[in-house]
Amino acid sequence: MAERPARPPNPVVQLTLMRLREMAREPGVLFWVFGFPVLLAIALGVAFRARGPEPVVVGALPGIGSEVRRALAAARVQVKDLDADSAARELRAGRVSLLLLPPAGPEGELGFRFDPARAEARTARAVVNAAVQRAAGQTEPLAVADHEVHEPGSRYIDFLVPGLVAMNLMSGSMWGVAWVIVHMRTRKLLKRFLAAPMKRRHLLYALGLARLLVIPAELLVILAFARVFFSVQVTGSYLALFAVAVAGSASFAAIAIAAASRAQNTETVSGLMNLITMPMFVVSGVFFAYSNFPEALQPVIRALPLTAMCDGMRTVMIDGAGLVDVLPSLVVLALWGVPAFALGLRYFRWS
Amino acid sequence: MNPEPSPPAVLCRGLRKVYDGGHGIFRKPSPSVVAVDGLDLEIQRGECFGLLGPNGSGKTTTVEMIEGLLAPTAGEVELLGRRWGGDDAKLRERMGVALQETYLPEKLTVAELLTLFRSFYPKPRPLAALLADVELEEKQSAWVGKLSGGQRQRLAIACALVGEPEILFLDEPTTGLDPQCRRQVWGLVASYRARGGTVVLTTHYMEEAERLCDRVAIVDHGKLVRLGTPAELIAALPGGHVVELEVERNGAALAAEELRALRSVGEAHLSAEGVWSLAVSEPERAAAEALALLERKGLGLARLGTRKASLEDVFVALTGRHLRDG
Repeated sequence: MAERPARPPNPVVQLTLMRLREMAREPGVLFWVFGFPVLLAIALGVAFRARGPEPVVVGALPGIGSEVRRALAAARVQVKDLDADSAARELRAGRVSLLLLPPAGPEGELGFRFDPARAEARTARAVVNAAVQRAAGQTEPLAVADHEVHEPGSRYIDFLVPGLVAMNLMSGSMWGVAWVIVHMRTRKLLKRFLAAPMKRRHLLYALGLARLLVIPAELLVILAFARVFFSVQVTGSYLALFAVAVAGSASFAAIAIAAASRAQNTETVSGLMNLITMPMFVVSGVFFAYSNFPEALQPVIRALPLTAMCDGMRTVMIDGAGLVDVLPSLVVLALWGVPAFALGLRYFRWS
Repeated sequence: MNPEPSPPAVLCRGLRKVYDGGHGIFRKPSPSVVAVDGLDLEIQRGECFGLLGPNGSGKTTTVEMIEGLLAPTAGEVELLGRRWGGDDAKLRERMGVALQETYLPEKLTVAELLTLFRSFYPKPRPLAALLADVELEEKQSAWVGKLSGGQRQRLAIACALVGEPEILFLDEPTTGLDPQCRRQVWGLVASYRARGGTVVLTTHYMEEAERLCDRVAIVDHGKLVRLGTPAELIAALPGGHVVELEVERNGAALAAEELRALRSVGEAHLSAEGVWSLAVSEPERAAAEALALLERKGLGLARLGTRKASLEDVFVALTGRHLRDG
């Protein structure tokens, strides 16, 4: 083929090159694709790595005896001395989790004032109670042994990194495709390409292809970073991981084409993108497990494309899954991507 | 070239375009706008045809309907003997288009952009030839965003020439360019025509239409006002000469009727800048009569000049407006 210089260039290749060149020559794009997720991982990783167990802080009203104080100090509970006014205020603001009330009543019982709806208040009650009971001579009737978790694979950062990877691929596909389409439309470049005999589908292929070509680099940067600094491992199949990444990116690129199919300016499409992505950032389990949401919402959440991608990434990275195990995620992503692409192509506006 | 009578390059019959007013849920309803109102045009092969009119006169809409980028509300378009809606890709390969404003991708180099456009055509013109056409050989590795306005316009024309088109559409090719860049663009058009091409251009520059066009259609409010060669149009103007008159302080102190009443003055128009243009056949006599009128009314003269009539004067005479007034 090299012997035929007269052969005209291939349009899909040229359009893909256009996108890759624009990306590579725009420093801002490089930051959002590679720099931002790394910074986010650093911030969250540092926030969650160095932290030991939360200290329990309680407030003591006047009249709490030194015996109780000694017992609490031994259990590493911090005690703040407060008067009646400040005590109510500190409890409301959550700066103390529980208030110790001086012994009262016929049997002189120690009082615990706390809001049982707050997890840290319940923890404080259990810890304080155990400390004072032990000091008063109670022994634990049943022997237990604590096994604390610190090894890679079950820390928060291990949970977080696959979520960040999924989120980043989603953002990259959505903005990298939808915003670019609308930008080209407002600048009349779509019209100009159409006036030349460019085939419409070639442009859409090229936008998708340019995205897919960036994925390996994007994955590599984030995963290498997570491995070097946080020892986050990929325990499962890299092929499966790549399959989820490609299916997810393609699916979101298709959703982006649908979102950008008619938007006449970048403001509209930005709003639309936020409308689509923000709810998924919250419910799809990027930062915390979606099992925290009510049972009734679970089927809806599991049907979302970002959830499918996060789940697929986590099964591979944490649970050591292979290609077969991520099939359900791939199916969900395809069920979003294919109709979205058809819809986008059907209603696509070129000028 | 062709022994058989070939179809005209462009044929429009009763061409009409109405833009619907907004009637969406969120938008306030607005009245619909008639951009092109029943236009008939026939452009011959090898001709350079100009559409002349102020902004908003429907030039761009007309051209985009001919290019198959906009669907007409009514009427027919034939380009090179074919209609849109058949084998459109084939037809697009035979035409070249430079839109009124296209922001070409700024982060590509000139050569990369031309290669991209070359990929859309089955038999593209060689890159070196395209660069030579528009004299951008030295800029082939420069980013599009770093080019000057004139260089960018030449690049846009090079993109239009990629497919060796039979017909070239240029929508306001020199708007916003300085005189030297404008002359360079004119040179491009001339050399393309020398290769046998047909050109359709829109402009609101008189000089451009007079220099480049074999025939000119003057359009206003989406309608054809007059059609002919530049010389024919100018000759149709009463007199063929223009006296320009500026009154001290206030041009409106004179009434058009007073000037038209002068024996040797055909038409009289006051521009937004306060200059009276009088269409005349004997400039010296008309000037003398006008001066006498000023003296009778006790008005001072700021400036007086005479020149040959141009297309601008034709336009003013036909529409009562200046082209640039928009």
